[in-house]
Amino acid sequence: MSDHAHAVHLETSTGLDNRKLAIWTFIGSECLFFATLISNYLVHKQTWLSGPGPFPHEAWTSPSGQAFEPIIEIPLVTMGTALLLFSSLFVVLALANAQRGNRNGLLVWLAATLFCGFFFVGMQVYEFTHFVHRGLTLKTNLFGASFFTLTGFHGTHVTLGVVWLLTLWIEAWRGKLTPAKSLNLEIAALYWHFVDVVWIVIFPVVYLIK
Amino acid sequence: MLLRTAALRPLRRWAPVLPLLVLLVGACSPEHYAQTALRPLSDFARIGDDVQTKTLYWAFGVFVLVEGALLYAIFRFRGKPGDPEPQQVHGNTTIEIVWTLIPALILAAIAVPTVRGIFETNARPGADALKVEVIGHQWWWEFRYPDLNITTANEVHIPVGQTVSFHMGTVDVVHSFWPPRFAGKRDVFPNRETRLWFKAEAAGEYPGQCAEFCGIQHGRMAFRVRAQTTEDFQAWVAHMQTLGPKPPPAAVAPATGDSVKVASVGASLQQAGGPADSAKAAAPAAAQDPQYAAGEKLFQAKGCLGCHSLTAYNAPKGMLGPNLANVGARSYIGAGSFKNTDETLGQWIQNPQAMKVGVLMPNLGVSAEDAKSLVAYLRAHQ
Amino acid sequence: MATTALDQHGAHATAGHAEPTGLWSWLTTVDHKRIGILYGATAFFFFLLGGIEAILLRIQLGSPNNTFLSPETYNQLFTMHGTTMIFLAIMPLSAMFFNFLIPLMIGARDVAFPRLNAFSYWVFLLGGLFLNSSFLFGAAPDQGWYGYANLTSRQYSPGMNVDFWTLGLQILGVASLAAAVNFFVTILNMRAPGMKLMRMPMFVWMSFITQVLLLLAFPVITVALILLMFDRFFGTHFFVPSGGGDPLLWQHLFWIFGHPEVYILILPAFGIISEVLPVFSRKPLFGYAAMVFSGAFIAFLGFGVWSHHMFTTGMGPIADTFFSLTTMLIAVPTGVKVFNWMGTIWGGSIQYRVPMYFALGFIAMFIIGGLSGVMHASPPADLQQNDTYFIVAHFHYVLFGGSIFGLTAGAYYWWPKMFGRMLDETLGKVHFWLMLIGFNLTFFPMHILGLNGMPRRVYTYPEGLGFEALNQVETVGSLILGFSFVVFLYNIFKTARGPRNAPADPWDGATLEWAIPSPPQEWNFAEIPTVHGRDALWEAKRERGGPLPEPPRVSGAGIHLPNPSIWPLVAAVGLGGLMVGLMTAHIVGPWGIVAGVSILFFGVYNWAFEPAG
Repeated sequence: MSDHAHAVHLETSTGLDNRKLAIWTFIGSECLFFATLISNYLVHKQTWLSGPGPFPHEAWTSPSGQAFEPIIEIPLVTMGTALLLFSSLFVVLALANAQRGNRNGLLVWLAATLFCGFFFVGMQVYEFTHFVHRGLTLKTNLFGASFFTLTGFHGTHVTLGVVWLLTLWIEAWRGKLTPAKSLNLEIAALYWHFVDVVWIVIFPVVYLIK
Repeated sequence: MLLRTAALRPLRRWAPVLPLLVLLVGACSPEHYAQTALRPLSDFARIGDDVQTKTLYWAFGVFVLVEGALLYAIFRFRGKPGDPEPQQVHGNTTIEIVWTLIPALILAAIAVPTVRGIFETNARPGADALKVEVIGHQWWWEFRYPDLNITTANEVHIPVGQTVSFHMGTVDVVHSFWPPRFAGKRDVFPNRETRLWFKAEAAGEYPGQCAEFCGIQHGRMAFRVRAQTTEDFQAWVAHMQTLGPKPPPAAVAPATGDSVKVASVGASLQQAGGPADSAKAAAPAAAQDPQYAAGEKLFQAKGCLGCHSLTAYNAPKGMLGPNLANVGARSYIGAGSFKNTDETLGQWIQNPQAMKVGVLMPNLGVSAEDAKSLVAYLRAHQ
Repeated sequence: MATTALDQHGAHATAGHAEPTGLWSWLTTVDHKRIGILYGATAFFFFLLGGIEAILLRIQLGSPNNTFLSPETYNQLFTMHGTTMIFLAIMPLSAMFFNFLIPLMIGARDVAFPRLNAFSYWVFLLGGLFLNSSFLFGAAPDQGWYGYANLTSRQYSPGMNVDFWTLGLQILGVASLAAAVNFFVTILNMRAPGMKLMRMPMFVWMSFITQVLLLLAFPVITVALILLMFDRFFGTHFFVPSGGGDPLLWQHLFWIFGHPEVYILILPAFGIISEVLPVFSRKPLFGYAAMVFSGAFIAFLGFGVWSHHMFTTGMGPIADTFFSLTTMLIAVPTGVKVFNWMGTIWGGSIQYRVPMYFALGFIAMFIIGGLSGVMHASPPADLQQNDTYFIVAHFHYVLFGGSIFGLTAGAYYWWPKMFGRMLDETLGKVHFWLMLIGFNLTFFPMHILGLNGMPRRVYTYPEGLGFEALNQVETVGSLILGFSFVVFLYNIFKTARGPRNAPADPWDGATLEWAIPSPPQEWNFAEIPTVHGRDALWEAKRERGGPLPEPPRVSGAGIHLPNPSIWPLVAAVGLGGLMVGLMTAHIVGPWGIVAGVSILFFGVYNWAFEPAG
């Protein structure tokens, strides 16, 4: 995130810039973070003692006769997933433009990335609110607790990524995201890809697999 | 005179250390410790002890060899600042392979009895095992005998020579049931049953303790194991099975102030259907003692019945406090913490918080006089 | 002249100015050496605090049915003793060495991210203060350093104690993770020309492996603490049985972190010993490659042994067997290390200086700790040993006899380099003997007490179980052990008043830090060296046929160094404020959280856009 005073070509033992290596290292650590949250979800997804049950995808009646309506809206979440996936492509295009010095291309594609990010976060906010109205909260049962914790932390990571990219978009708009500084965008893009990859795991595990 | 010779100078120097050594040697022998894990008294404990002894011998052998080599090196290779540079050795592949393989082999040697012991200790006891339910509470132990319909607390009676199978849980937090003379420990959980089993080899009374930190009074959550001969155990069971809902109206004898074991309430076994156990009717019970009667009234008036049951047979479940049906006969109160004398019992009744702060039993504002009556009442509950 | 990569947020070319002094220079420092000293001083303070807590515990246990401490106070003290020693003493003492030495040993001018480095320190300091502020409220954590569920649920721990612990550890986790990223990148990316990985000093290797462990283990405890926090603050039931939760899940998550954590605690000390032994034996480390690979193997396997802490929970024979075998397996590379150390001193010319005393003491004590550890690896035996003083004996032998002896060896060894003064040899030897005797008197009898029935975490014990005699011995031992550190403190203060004239290379060292003045100048190396092999300095001295001349202090003109910055401290304050806000949300509403987050963002923003100078 820091600026370079001058584009000094600094030698590193691996040839990678320090900050690029750092974001990869951080991503490696975050993999464990999400792996633990996903494991916790898998352990608890079938645990419910009350409230909307473990099968949010379809109508279901429990052995004791309690009826549950499906609460997940697959089309909406799929749309958000698709947009998030495309946003990874858009940020790559933005980066290519930054590296070539094409300010307009950079602004357009970075804006597209941001649009997708905003949509995704908005979709999650809508989904959470919808679930709460249907009676599923953090407290309701362990499925709810694990679901909200996992997707909530992922959503927080997306939000922080959106803030980061927005800051870079403003820098680009002010003409300060030159090819010499394109590494800043590259690092944010790496983080963004990671957030996307995590969602690629979460989406099937939570939404598709019953 | 002899002590002044040069040869004995080292002895003189070490003489003050001798009492310490004697102390240490004494402190080292397991006979010194009532709760030791080193003198197994059951088949289960022997499995663990056997494995532990084997590993201890290996460990000790490695200790002597390696520390010995270290000490040797420290003295043999000491140098002075002006000495020539020693040979600059960077390694030796053969030696390194050898000292990788040898420990691996030693560990393999330990692994064999270990794995065998794991499976043996995890085996399920046969159907003829006596089933005892252990329920941990903050900070006392509930013991139920489901096939015999009796319940007690803090002192578990078991027969010698018969496998006892413990089915364990807790109503609050995680505890750990540990009777070291008979078995290693097993944690108890609120949401799943854990098991332990052993066959006691000798009669006697042995201490045990909670071994998982469970809150403020974890340090005083002990229990007693009373291993009894088959006859004594059956007699105890039979007796406990008579401690049913109705208090018995029997003959009297005043309880002596500070005796631990008062005359058995054998005479109380006159309840309809209860066998009169003449062997135990050594002295009449205290039921008509005015202190007993006063105590009985207080036990109700002070609300004790809200937490404590006096019924051992078909006792209610889910009580907040220990079952007191045979509290008069127990060696300790406060979960194995304080000797069960009239004085201690009286102190507990008046001010349990002073003896075991944080315990769930509140101070009920019992006067010293009232405490005496309650003690008499409870003492009669054998 | 080759330069290595630096975080050049704003470099200033030094023009021969003296190093800045004064409080502001310390608050804004981004110099790894100063940050290392800050870590060391703070950690040593917490170490003494943890030691006092231990002595109080020992006084209480000195006699049966003692009333010196109430049960609640005792439980708070043993919890804080463990938490303090692990997170506020041993880890940051290791961080002192990471900070001070890694750039010097690899021939760099600073770490990859100097401001992130400062941020890690300030977050650590605030986390330690936050955790200990709980004493002011009479609500110090009291659930054990490992906080087993469901004792930690709101129902059974209604007070703030567990909240202080949960949030405090989260803060400290941020510090550790930030530092781990920093050192990982530094070691991989900023080595001097010619410093291939297999030419790095062993301390750098062990530190590198430790950073990997930190990066992979801390996220797991972070999640566990988040889940516990959600249970306590938001009413979830992750660990609450009445809501379907399982206390055992906490144990698994905690120990998946907890076991790698103990390797995080010992590997730096391993690295220090691997530096000290060769120098004072005057021959190279025996089996360098085996030492690297055994360290890596220990770290890798360390993720596969966690349930050996859970043998008494009744996991079943398959799980018991698996974890028992992996635990036994991990003893093999550990043994290899011990033998390689012995191979190092064997045939050497041992110089009996104070660092060597502590290094040899380390080996002797660690062997004992390792052997008792192997004894625990066997579940049938562990059913008796677990949760008794036998375990307490084991981990104190490896953590004190191992880590603390190792860190102390490092302190005496690198003291002249860090402070430009030699510590007094005689006082150092007195410190050693008192520490060795006090340590063994305190902890050896615990083996006996544990096997003979004394459980852990008990605030007292009755008469009649036979525990009195050895407990008295242990209490006396702890006082001797405590006194040994008074001697150390006296040594520090006495020598601090002397002249700052330690030579660059007082010990005939093998590694690069001994080639520059004591203490080093701000930029470390006047010229970044080119490395041709391991033990580069010995090579250089051998070529020269004798000791190197005392390196001069140069003007440093033209050398670019990162500017000092206040923003890491501001960001750290924001993070601390966020945690305080969470704790006090029930009193002040969301405003504490808002304030904390705002300060955090303010600090990070300014950090990111700090002018190029």
